[in-house]
Amino acid sequence: MTHTLLAALTSLANPMAPSGYIYPNEFELHWSLLIIVYPYLTGLVAGAFILASLERVFNVKALQPVYRLSLLTALAFMIIAPLPLLAHLGHPERCLEMFLTPHVASAMAMFGFVYAWYLSVVLLLEIWFDYRKDIVNWGNEKKGFMKYVYKALTLGATDISKKSLAFDEKIGRAITIIGIPSAFLLHGYVGFIFGSIKANPWWSSVLIPIVFIFSAIVSGIALMLIIYMVTSMFRWKHIDMKCLNKLAELLLYAMIIDFGLEFLDFIHRLYESEESIHILAEMISSRLFISLIISQILLGSLVPMVALVVARFGKFPSEMKRILYFIAALLVQVGIFSTRWNVVIGGQLFSKSLRGLTVYKVDLFGLEGVFMSILLLLAPLGVLYVLTKVLPPWDDTDPGAAQIQK
Amino acid sequence: MKNNKPQMNRREFIDTVSRKVPTWLAFVSAFGAGELILAKDSDYNPEDHDYAMGIEIHNCIGCGRCADACKNENKVPREHSYFRTWVERYVIPPEGEAIVDSPNGGIDGFPKLKEGTEILRSFFVPKLCNHCAEAPCVQVCPVGATFTSRDGVVLVDESYCVGCRYCIQACPYGARYLHPETHTADKCTFCYHRITKGLLPACVEVCPTGARIFGEKGRRSSPLRRFLRFNDITVLKPGLNTQPKVYYAGADMEVR
Repeated sequence: MTHTLLAALTSLANPMAPSGYIYPNEFELHWSLLIIVYPYLTGLVAGAFILASLERVFNVKALQPVYRLSLLTALAFMIIAPLPLLAHLGHPERCLEMFLTPHVASAMAMFGFVYAWYLSVVLLLEIWFDYRKDIVNWGNEKKGFMKYVYKALTLGATDISKKSLAFDEKIGRAITIIGIPSAFLLHGYVGFIFGSIKANPWWSSVLIPIVFIFSAIVSGIALMLIIYMVTSMFRWKHIDMKCLNKLAELLLYAMIIDFGLEFLDFIHRLYESEESIHILAEMISSRLFISLIISQILLGSLVPMVALVVARFGKFPSEMKRILYFIAALLVQVGIFSTRWNVVIGGQLFSKSLRGLTVYKVDLFGLEGVFMSILLLLAPLGVLYVLTKVLPPWDDTDPGAAQIQK
Repeated sequence: MKNNKPQMNRREFIDTVSRKVPTWLAFVSAFGAGELILAKDSDYNPEDHDYAMGIEIHNCIGCGRCADACKNENKVPREHSYFRTWVERYVIPPEGEAIVDSPNGGIDGFPKLKEGTEILRSFFVPKLCNHCAEAPCVQVCPVGATFTSRDGVVLVDESYCVGCRYCIQACPYGARYLHPETHTADKCTFCYHRITKGLLPACVEVCPTGARIFGEKGRRSSPLRRFLRFNDITVLKPGLNTQPKVYYAGADMEVR
């Protein structure tokens, strides 16, 4: 323990010096901030979609107020998700080669198809079938430019008879059923891209895709909790506490599974104690101390879990519960971003000679910089704003969504 | 008799030929037939070769000439974080961790050890791309820009590489880097431009002690065959099943 603390303090005091021996080509970190943003965004997509499907397939009626909002959120984040990857390529102009002449043995090449499948077959179709009746109605009611937008969005299918709507419902349900494994596939696959690299003992784990899936669910539910509360506040609507409680419950359960899996991974590595254990232990106690121990485990997992338990099962006024839920959900986002950081950066901080640690210096400006990453993290919220204007996800006839008296 | 009159006389024939033949030749060469004619002249058939390298660790004196020659031959950036080949120095003390270093890939030599450092054994290890038969970099390349040539060399097509750097992550040996000018992955090619002309790779050519042995495993007359026959051979990180084609003689258990 003293040694761990000492190592942590030393690394904090002098974080910019590589230590031990690293191969000469390893001084430069090849995957940086943008590659952290990318799995973070796809995780939110998968998580938001899985949340939506709980309402649709498993009939969790309490989640009705966030069903459509979750779908739109998933779409907004999905549209932005490939941008960090694209910006990171040495030759972005050649990116289409991954689709046109893919190397089938490459996990990364096949991911393009998983992404395309998920975006076009699952998300767009499900949203279209779910909104079709409203789109037809809006096309008839609205005036001016928007009228033609909605007319175009109907794709010519303007029949909203009972029989036709029943068909929509049936197809929508079927797509959601296909969508759940697809969402698992989407983010599990992102995990596989890392987990299948046998050269890297920090990544190479069969558990990584599963951990990625559950961390995606955690981040997606927490995000929907935040978005639902913020949008309700700006729309002057009452928050449906039944829905919020359900979200908090689901978030807690998903976090317990996620934390359990990560703990299992940790114990497994420690017990097997392979060749890489010494350098990984040194990395955790020095370079990753803040992002892993403090940010991911303590602030991003344990604190919000306690907050959720206290808020959900304690006897507090709803106001207090809402504040606790909100803080917990924000902390979860910090925790999940740290998880992505620890996977991507952690996997490159130690030398594959297993004899030394390098350093990662974050740039502020430029394509790989902090500002670009912030922009990419905020961009989906902008897209979501536009989407909610075109396809309002709120059912304001619902008694749960009563107007707050101004 | 009138019908037997020749269509052109000798003078007309020579005149026509001297004008038309050069025109046709210019036309044909402009469309690349010249290259086809040249290709016929070369009798290099990649299927006939299976290149590999041997490293005799006890012969290496750590002069770093190989790493320097490689940078010159292949226009590798001179900065300290781009190497197609480099030399590592291992100092094993009687107790505790091995001390390993490779300042500037060994090109400028190695600094003196701290005074009083006790040495149990010490040696130099030249490193380079292992041209694995089961290369993880080839497996993960999303567009197939990294490939194994028919003569067994792992190459990168820089006109096709998208610069995603997945191959750099997948290489267990740290043998790849992203070229700062082309923005594509780069690595040792065994000096492919030389070996296909029957020359040795630059690093092998300049090694003063014959620590690097280049050749073909399947060719009885190859010096590599002799090297593999008379030494105890190991490869780096055999547990990863990458099946390297750079073979080491005299590699210590500390070499990773």
